Amino acid sequence: MAILSEEQVMLKDAASAWARDRSPIAAYRKLRNSGALQGYDSALFAEIAEMGWAGIVAPEEHGGADFGFMSMGVVLEQLGRTLTPSPLVNSSLAAVIGLRRAGSAAQQQHWLPKIAAGEAVVTIAVDEGAQHNPLAVALKAEKSRGNWLLNGEKRPVLHGMGASAVLVAARTSGAAGDVEGLTLFIVPTNAPKLSKASLAEVEQRGAAIYTFNGVELGADAIVGEVGKAASVLDHMLDCARAGLAAEMLGSASAAFDITLAYLKTRLQFGQLIGSFQALQHRAAALYGELELTRSAVEAALEALDAQSPQARELVSLAKALAGDTFKRVSGEMIQLHGGIGMTDEHDAGLFYKRARVADMSYGSAAYHRERYAALTGY
Amino acid sequence: MFDHADPDLAGFREEAVAWIKANFPSALTGKSPTPFITDGALADSDPDYQAWLKRVVSKGWGAPTWPEEYGGGGLTQAHSVIIHEELARVGAFHPNHTYGEMMLGPTLLEYGDEVQKRRFIPPIARAEVRWCQGFSEPGAGSDLASLQTKCVDGGDHWIVTGQKIWTSGANHSHWCFCLVRTDTTTKHGGISFLLIDMSSPGIEARPIYLISGSTHFCEVFFNDVKVPKENMVGGLNKGWPIAKRLLQFERDSLASGRAEAPSLAPLAKQYLGVNALGQIADPDVRHRVVRNAMRARAYAHTMRRAALEAKTNAGVSAAVSALKNLGSDIAQERADLAVEILGHNGLGWEGDHFAAAEIEATRAWLHSRAFSIYGGSLEIQNNITAKRVLGLPG
Ligand SMILES: Cc1cc2nc3c(=O)[nH]c(=O)nc-3n(C[C@H](O)[C@H](O)[C@H](O)COP(=O)(O)OP(=O)(O)OC[C@H]3O[C@@H](n4cnc5c(N)ncnc54)[C@H](O)[C@@H]3O)c2cc1C
Repeated sequence: MAILSEEQVMLKDAASAWARDRSPIAAYRKLRNSGALQGYDSALFAEIAEMGWAGIVAPEEHGGADFGFMSMGVVLEQLGRTLTPSPLVNSSLAAVIGLRRAGSAAQQQHWLPKIAAGEAVVTIAVDEGAQHNPLAVALKAEKSRGNWLLNGEKRPVLHGMGASAVLVAARTSGAAGDVEGLTLFIVPTNAPKLSKASLAEVEQRGAAIYTFNGVELGADAIVGEVGKAASVLDHMLDCARAGLAAEMLGSASAAFDITLAYLKTRLQFGQLIGSFQALQHRAAALYGELELTRSAVEAALEALDAQSPQARELVSLAKALAGDTFKRVSGEMIQLHGGIGMTDEHDAGLFYKRARVADMSYGSAAYHRERYAALTGY
Repeated sequence: MFDHADPDLAGFREEAVAWIKANFPSALTGKSPTPFITDGALADSDPDYQAWLKRVVSKGWGAPTWPEEYGGGGLTQAHSVIIHEELARVGAFHPNHTYGEMMLGPTLLEYGDEVQKRRFIPPIARAEVRWCQGFSEPGAGSDLASLQTKCVDGGDHWIVTGQKIWTSGANHSHWCFCLVRTDTTTKHGGISFLLIDMSSPGIEARPIYLISGSTHFCEVFFNDVKVPKENMVGGLNKGWPIAKRLLQFERDSLASGRAEAPSLAPLAKQYLGVNALGQIADPDVRHRVVRNAMRARAYAHTMRRAALEAKTNAGVSAAVSALKNLGSDIAQERADLAVEILGHNGLGWEGDHFAAAEIEATRAWLHSRAFSIYGGSLEIQNNITAKRVLGLPG
């Protein structure tokens, strides 16, 4: 654990108590079983916002606390421990940072206080293909009679079913793969000719396909400069990745703790299975991976706060390690629980599915190794 | 990274960078400290190493964190981390990472009496005396407490008889810190901690060859060796807790010694070529090299975090067993990759057909297998983590 400030310790304690009392794993399970398309519980998200967590990185003049990325990470880690679904990573991190960096005064004034208060959920729509690839954006935005017409499809849009607006990466010039020619638009999700369809993914957290069928937008929908969105997008995504990595660290740690508790209670051959050396050594190895992952996640959050030039590579480090570790720990969670771990009734499967989805979101471990390699000269 | 909040540390880092730049002999760049530290003859005969050692000692960095009254630098752990980070960044190393500095010094600071501290600690900080570690015996490796080397009361001195093995550097060391059996009726409670002058009559150190071709390893025979009474640390039969503490220091420094290594990218590009993007051409090697580098980076951050946490919470050293294993795993994988990158040129043993750096990489690869054996094997560290950190049942 990083050396936290007094405020951060308070945040951590509050988030941990809230998650335990108000949003235990059973709450997520119930939501999942209910078949609700939104993927998170509005009432619980209202509580989250009330605690101030939706505005942690938003500026004070727009209703936020401006507490920084480490503070956001501290909260996300705790919510991750109970698999709490919330749009915090998309809306309160990525969208807020995108708007802070590139949004007009009017856009900031309109959206930031709403996001900080939890009244609006703004998600980001980047991916279009099976693999995360921000530069591959093909969704087209063309000028037409002074307005912009958007045509194309985004999938998956995380928390797309619950979002009230979306920051869309569109191509205003060039071809898929070009750095130049990307433009960000902010679009209310009830805009005419924008349709959402629910993607029934393995863990059902409200992912959507957005289809833009000639959605017409004025110049006031453009966030930042036309054709120059790549670096803003990269930074927004990095904030989302770091936050998600913190959340994944929390989930992986919880998966490990639950597994450890099982090793200390399950009897076979007249012994606690945790006394078998083969299992002890696997537990020790997982513990080591969790320590490495924590260091990487904290270093990334710290670097974002310090605006360090190394922030990009550290974010990739964090996301890659979080992906690998969470997948491994949740896989071992099933294995070490034996048959019960394979049942839907047990929580192990929830962690296992979450690990895969979170890894694929905003770049898998493989994607981030490749990115790290490019950034550091391999 | 942690000094952006602390101007004192930031200033110290700047100073350290400048000083290292001005003083580190470029001929040593990229070299491993291990041969110098384990092979006293090599250390004595290398003028660059000698110059570097002298400069570090006169700077007061021979043992940066020890109290000044015992010859240390009086710096904090955070300062020491900065020194090591900046050394690593330019391919330099700390020249006094000897057994005396890593293990005996800190142990004596806690357990030695005042006379012992004043006598033995400052010469370690000044790199004047070389120590070796006489713990392992033919029948007592992982199960260290089953050691048998006998120590009996000879009136005004102790008499030591028995055999030690795997004693690194015994043939080049001036002194040995040794575990001996002073009571045969009880296991852990019959062990004492003794400081033995290696020039005492009755000691014989025989070098053993390692797979890497190095001979720093010895078996050591004690034939009725007389040791002054005042050289026992902590009192009769009180050696086990001292040994355990010393082994913690050993793991600690083994763990931190693995923090940052120079990038393998230039080597890989040189031997495997580059693709159109200027990256290491072989994608499989590239991915494995990157994965290793990323784990090493996370590991360095973990060591930094452990140092910071140690400042605010005394009880964190529990994680050290897990860290030691991670560090040796990452370092072994790196040594493997280096040889893979060198291809057939990584298979040389000696002679002019291989570059010196190639042979060094080959030897380092062979030596790296020891990382998960010495200082407590991988399996023993996992046992410790499972029981003491994770609370799994015995
Ligand atoms: C390069 C090198 C330098 C060394 N330098 C020194 C030195 O300077 N001074 C010194 O005193 N010693 C030194 N050692 C010795 C080292 O500490 C021992 O080799 C080590 O503790 C292992 O003991 P052993 O070799 O007797 O192996 P053993 O204890 O016989 O172990 C053999 C295998 O069994 C495993 N094993 C043993 N017990 C258990 C268990 N309970 N659970 C699971 N697995 C187990 C071990 O992990 C290992 O894989 C050095 C060793 C090396 C390789």
